[in-house]
Amino acid sequence: MHWLFEPGIWSNPAVRTGVGVGMVVAVVSALVGLFTVMRSQSFAGHALADVATAGGAGAGVFGFSPLAGFVVGSLAGASAMEAIGVERVRQRDVATGVVLGGATGLSALFLYLITLNTSNAGSTQSILFGSLFSVSNSSFLVITVVSVAVCLALAALGRPLLFASVSPDAARARGVAVRRVALGYTLLMAVTVGLSAVVIGSVLSTALLIGPPAAALRLGRRLGATLALAAALGVGAVGFGVVASYDSFYWWPSHRALPVSFCVVTLVVVEVVTANVVARVWARRGANARA
Amino acid sequence: MSGPATIVDVRGVDVELEGRRILTDVNFNVRAGEFAGLIGSNGAGKTTLLRMMLGLVQPARGEVVWPNNAREQRRVGYVPQKVALDVDVPLRVRDFVALGDDGHRYGLRRRTQQTWDRVQEVLDAVEASDLGERRIGALSGGELQRVLMAHALVSSPELLLLDEPLANLDPGATEDIVTLLARVREREHVAILLSAHDINALLGVMDRVIYIANAHVASGPTDEVVRHDVLSRLYGHHVDVVRVHGRVLVVTGATSEGPVPEHPDLVVE
Repeated sequence: MHWLFEPGIWSNPAVRTGVGVGMVVAVVSALVGLFTVMRSQSFAGHALADVATAGGAGAGVFGFSPLAGFVVGSLAGASAMEAIGVERVRQRDVATGVVLGGATGLSALFLYLITLNTSNAGSTQSILFGSLFSVSNSSFLVITVVSVAVCLALAALGRPLLFASVSPDAARARGVAVRRVALGYTLLMAVTVGLSAVVIGSVLSTALLIGPPAAALRLGRRLGATLALAAALGVGAVGFGVVASYDSFYWWPSHRALPVSFCVVTLVVVEVVTANVVARVWARRGANARA
Repeated sequence: MSGPATIVDVRGVDVELEGRRILTDVNFNVRAGEFAGLIGSNGAGKTTLLRMMLGLVQPARGEVVWPNNAREQRRVGYVPQKVALDVDVPLRVRDFVALGDDGHRYGLRRRTQQTWDRVQEVLDAVEASDLGERRIGALSGGELQRVLMAHALVSSPELLLLDEPLANLDPGATEDIVTLLARVREREHVAILLSAHDINALLGVMDRVIYIANAHVASGPTDEVVRHDVLSRLYGHHVDVVRVHGRVLVVTGATSEGPVPEHPDLVVE
């Protein structure tokens, strides 16, 4: 396995923690993200990642924990989107756009303030593109506990959320509080995006939220299997992304490693493209079999 | 006078949406086991009326009474006009139908064999027995219509509301669905209220028509409602009702003058 794992990769505590926390976030992002894609809320998911940036940057300016900044920022953005109104797709996009615009302005201000302080020079890079290898053990624990809580809440919300996602009118008629379910789900998505933003960066956290679920939806037939596949694809992208980033240090004479976020996102894109190709081949074979 | 129990009683209802009056002083009821057709042109307010009955739209005046609390006890099935199912939705038909029974329950309790038996029973009832394992997003329009009916029937409702289930179906498929609904009514002992813009497909099965035009409603047996004088009053101008080869043609906006002509309905046999 030396061709895959360069010597010393697993003896490095930062790599071990990074892989662990990355996989936890990959699983929760995939499970939550499957509903994001099914509910056509990818834009909202991406916007929340950008809103989380404002929170993360704000935390940097005011000296709070980055994790708290990302999650609180994302939750505040989700609450604002819901308050403006998300009943129809068009309204939802407008609400998302308004919140995104405001948050981007705040991010610009906070990041500018951070750059004024030269001792924080690396913070901007870390906020935008993540800091997987600098996650502390205590943050790992917090991220794991919150992720488990999000998964449990998602399971509790499961059937009404699924019902409201595929047929909102029928769900309302059956007594599902569709608006409340949507609010609950958006808050879960916000927490997930906040966690993901800390790990692989707010700019790229959308990739974990949308990519593996989108690939799994092209291939899955049953909900449970599709959720499992999405989680496996997310874990695979993070795991192999970290290994590729570590190994890349030895790929060139200059000994400069590729950014881990770049490696993770590249693998996510490869997964989505491959899933689309496989789904098309299956569809063509099915059509030929019926003909 | 005794008869089948009233399931829903709509009393003096006005509905306004965004400041515009959609329905005025609507009165009708639906009784147990009845097949009622809610007939009106596109935009007449049929969907609004159904949504108001379900509590999804609040009336400006009047009330909807469910004497046996069918709505509160979730014994009303609803097939909406539009169900946008993405082709990638990872649900088999039987999973989707089961959601009609337990989709309102929080938590992930495992479904019992009894639930799956009931799912198969309603799929059989709508003649979709072989669709259970198919992916829901991959169904044709006619297949999806049957599955939506099964989805609404799985909770054993007293009343099934269907919003334009015949829209976009060819004449053969329309006849199949209407015949199927008549059989479902017998088999499931369920009352049916179905909205449509063409009355003819329903003539052979309807016990009662609820005709909606010009924000007003006329309700009763088909022969008593679909008449020149009743519909002229409803539309507020002259309307002809033409019967030919067992079909009904309602001619609005004709050239005749005067509010309500006094000649009897035109009957062509």
